[in-house]
Amino acid sequence: MILMAKLTREQKAYKQWADSRKPGPSLGRNIVVAYIVGGLICTLGQGVLNYFVSQGMSPKEAGGPTAAVMILLGALLTGLGIYDRLGKFAGAGSFVPITGFANSIVAPALEYKREGYVLGVGARMFQIAGPVLVYGMSTAWLVGLVHWLIHK
Amino acid sequence: MAEKRIGEDTIFFSSYPTIIATASTAGKKEGEGPCAKYFDKVIQDPLYGESTWEKAESKMLLESVRKVLEKARCTYDQIHFMFSGDLLNQITASNFAARELPIPFYGLFGACSTFTEGLTLGGMAIDGGFAQRVLVGASSHYQAAERQYRYPTELGVQRPPTAQRTVTGAGAVILGNDGPGPFLTAATIGRVIDMGISDPLNMGTAMAPAAVHTIVQHFKDTGRNPDYYDVIITGDLASVGKGLAEDLLKKEGYDVSDRYTDCGVMIYKPDADTQAGGSGCACSAVVFSSYFYPLLKEEYQRLLLVSTGALMSPTTYQQGETIPAIAHAVAIERNRPEGK
Repeated sequence: MILMAKLTREQKAYKQWADSRKPGPSLGRNIVVAYIVGGLICTLGQGVLNYFVSQGMSPKEAGGPTAAVMILLGALLTGLGIYDRLGKFAGAGSFVPITGFANSIVAPALEYKREGYVLGVGARMFQIAGPVLVYGMSTAWLVGLVHWLIHK
Repeated sequence: MAEKRIGEDTIFFSSYPTIIATASTAGKKEGEGPCAKYFDKVIQDPLYGESTWEKAESKMLLESVRKVLEKARCTYDQIHFMFSGDLLNQITASNFAARELPIPFYGLFGACSTFTEGLTLGGMAIDGGFAQRVLVGASSHYQAAERQYRYPTELGVQRPPTAQRTVTGAGAVILGNDGPGPFLTAATIGRVIDMGISDPLNMGTAMAPAAVHTIVQHFKDTGRNPDYYDVIITGDLASVGKGLAEDLLKKEGYDVSDRYTDCGVMIYKPDADTQAGGSGCACSAVVFSSYFYPLLKEEYQRLLLVSTGALMSPTTYQQGETIPAIAHAVAIERNRPEGK
């Protein structure tokens, strides 16, 4: 639980005034770019999946290797110093797909390697992805529980 | 009685400490900005041949220190104190640079206000007769600050337009008790002001009220008006904070719009993709050392330098604390004021 400091009336007034003048992000541009880049990444993923299917896998079987390829791609582009630039350009478009998830794990791994493999890479690799995993799994568990309660 | 004080928060230097020399080192992006040609050195590689960002920052500071000693034709034993600070935890960039230097050392933390904090304290040390030569330094490093305060540098995230980029660079200045000027004539010491801003990606807004408080206090204490100065320079409010500060000053009855600028706005090209502009201890340190210092000998008679600092840590903003800010103002003049 985040504890919010109580603001005085003067602070609230300043905040309101400053907020009213705050430059907002260019929402229109960001939405369009995120849609296009996110769409392209997903299309690429679909292409990879189709390739595995064409090699004789069932679509269900092809899911795993496709995710692995996309993760590899995200990790590689992070290591080459390209993914952070893509992220700056595309925002959620490159953050939400699985390549973004790979980026969120590889980026801290690279960054904190200088603190060693245990306290650096090992301890901090999931700094960004950790919350996603924790709450993703908890949500999945809860939904599973509800599903089980309804259908038992 | 403290006879060198005036008003509530202002001091006058009675012996007028001189800025003998300045030196600056800056990063690649800073080296593409409008101040590029004034830097003593621009480093192209953010690692600067070292194995970590932190080491690179220390090395930049150390090189700026050596450069300024060379420019001032000073030896280590002539420097009686070094005041320096940075943004890294436990100010290690400064501590580790000082490890290489045979100079008595004071480590400062004033976040991005460190440069004028150092000038003020250095000026006092000289004016008090405790030192003949004092070295003041400040450094920051984009990647080193980013990994400590925000995200790993390779993470693909979009930054809001209010965000600022930490300046990679290091500035160093030598103050002395003799010399042809420019002179430190007065300083107004900032109070910690917190106007309830809690977004660490909007620090200009958090710091603007602190800058305004110090500037207004300076005018009140000294009885001066904005037109006493040729230029009033804030440290790193960047475009968002600068606009707010200007309007807040107007509300207080001081129109500075024709003589006000901000180092965070000046340091990058407008199209450098740095959102609101620059920040960091090095921001005011390198812009003053490279750009304004020479102008004090040619164009400007008097300037007021107001470095601004946001005094938060990742722990405090994660715990929901608001961002306290501070600003210290130093008046620097080409000639000794008359009649004093």
